[in-house]
Amino acid sequence: MIAHFASYATFFLTLALADGIACLGLNLQWGWTGLFNAGVAGFYAIGAYATALLTAPAQPGLLGGGGLPFWVGWLGAAVLSAAVALAIGRPVLRLRADFLAIVTFGFAVSVQLVALNATALTGGAFGRSFLPHPFASAPATLALVAGLALLAWVGLERLVASPWGRALRAVREDEGAAAALGKNPAALRLQSFVLGAALIGLAGAIRAQFIGFVAPEDFLPVLTFRIWVMLIVGGAGNFTGALAGAVVVSALWSGSGAALTALLPPAWQVRGAAVQVVAIGVGIALLLLFRPRGLVAERVRVSRHLPPPPGSGPRRERGGDGDGRRHPRSGG
Amino acid sequence: MIAQYVADGVVSGALVGLGAIGLTLTYAVLGFANFAQGEFLTWGAYFALALLSGTGLGHAAALPPFAFGWPLLLVLPAAVALTGGLAVALDHVLFRPLRRRAGPMGLVIASFGASLALANLVVLLFGPKPRYFSRAIAFAIPVAPGVRLTADRMLVVALALLAMAALHLLLTRSRLGLAMRASAENPALAAVYGVDAEGVRRASWWIGGGMSALAGVLLGQTEQIQPLMGADLLLSLFAAAILGGIGSAGGAFVGGLVVGLAEALSVPLLGAAYRPAAAFLVLFAVLMLRPTGLFGERP
Repeated sequence: MIAHFASYATFFLTLALADGIACLGLNLQWGWTGLFNAGVAGFYAIGAYATALLTAPAQPGLLGGGGLPFWVGWLGAAVLSAAVALAIGRPVLRLRADFLAIVTFGFAVSVQLVALNATALTGGAFGRSFLPHPFASAPATLALVAGLALLAWVGLERLVASPWGRALRAVREDEGAAAALGKNPAALRLQSFVLGAALIGLAGAIRAQFIGFVAPEDFLPVLTFRIWVMLIVGGAGNFTGALAGAVVVSALWSGSGAALTALLPPAWQVRGAAVQVVAIGVGIALLLLFRPRGLVAERVRVSRHLPPPPGSGPRRERGGDGDGRRHPRSGG
Repeated sequence: MIAQYVADGVVSGALVGLGAIGLTLTYAVLGFANFAQGEFLTWGAYFALALLSGTGLGHAAALPPFAFGWPLLLVLPAAVALTGGLAVALDHVLFRPLRRRAGPMGLVIASFGASLALANLVVLLFGPKPRYFSRAIAFAIPVAPGVRLTADRMLVVALALLAMAALHLLLTRSRLGLAMRASAENPALAAVYGVDAEGVRRASWWIGGGMSALAGVLLGQTEQIQPLMGADLLLSLFAAAILGGIGSAGGAFVGGLVVGLAEALSVPLLGAAYRPAAAFLVLFAVLMLRPTGLFGERP
């Protein structure tokens, strides 16, 4: 019983932390830069297929099948996802937020279409299988994924505490003011978008590698929604929250799924999955209505030399340049 | 051959145009992109289906030359009204409270969730399999050299034009229409002039939901009824609304025709499998040329 539970917990945590890495990437894009990426599933898919092409053994009729070590696949996934983000980011990031959401949503739909139809590359509707496991033992894989999540978390925390992170938030809050101070909003947005996409691609690769199988139906818009729910539950703008949200939402998602599987007769299983999505849709609406900042709200801090202003929202981050003085806001 | 693709594009474009009207109106008046718009088409079709089977009228004989019986015409207005009511109800329980508490992006995320919830509610109530209003077979009639259309599909275009004409009269000849156009152009200024903002919002949802339901029923009659029928059209709807200029109902309809034609003509070029990507390419091209949309200047 305990061994059974431990093995399930390992399985669950590995997948939850993979989503957590995607959620960290989305938090950099949305929480810190205000980029509404509604195409998470597209970057996730690119990462998953990249590692499938690089690490799966050669199969007749399919391209790729490099049989390379898993870490080459993961690296390739992050690089390819970042490269795609760089290519599409340059034109689309100048769009206003809601148009960016629509275009990235369309991007993800198109990626899914390619996954479904470019059979020689992706295996079509059957997907690609036989991805090698990173390690023979599941706990070792979990340790590796947890290490990567920790690395991403610490790295992003350090990055956003740097002047670069402050400039990002400045762009998010008031682009004109940031530009007037000599920051380049377009470049900052692109950097954040590309780095976030690399993390989302890595997450897709980890998940695919761990399951050993990639198929187009894994990358429907509901995946984008799942990662967004994790971020909203955890609290946008906070990396600790993003990871915590990923674990909590994964637990709720698979917990409710398992409960429905156990309770419903087989004929009702498809409808059971529908109940789950309806419940999660309603749940997220209630959360947005009653706790819009998530479990862990964004920490409002201008500089580590300053105490956080009491009860302030993200819009109050003005003044303070690290010397312990608050400069009154001039004008406006 | 090309003429046939053009004819098919006009038919599917008319449906996209009808669906996009709600998107463009609510976008202009409420200021957010409603990702749940496609589900109004789906729900319109399923409302009609439920009414047909609920009243036992579903087995009436077809009315030649059409492949559906008179009961469908009877339940169509009811499905339109029910879907309009659904849109108003969704605004009441979700979007209106959120307007005060969350920013426009909170509304977008909420509509994303509402879209998934509504589509899956259909699966829950009606099952995942495709359904049909009638089993009658529609025969294509030659209408021009090299063009064959079924009577049903010709009716789609006729009804869509009729609905557009009615909407045009409403928007240009009535006080409500004047208030709606004023609010779409400048909500703050319209409010200053005493326009009933809440009434305009409600009317936008009624009209948007109703027009989508009409599109959904017609789509269900000419293709099939399935839980993702609206979600699959969402990108086309967005492309049409942005192409036509946010806030312009007539623009959305013309945008729908352009998107429909682009999709139909992409079939010989890219293959039917990539047809949905054509809407994305139109959308992408428009936004690259005009990053704020064709006629949009509002931030």
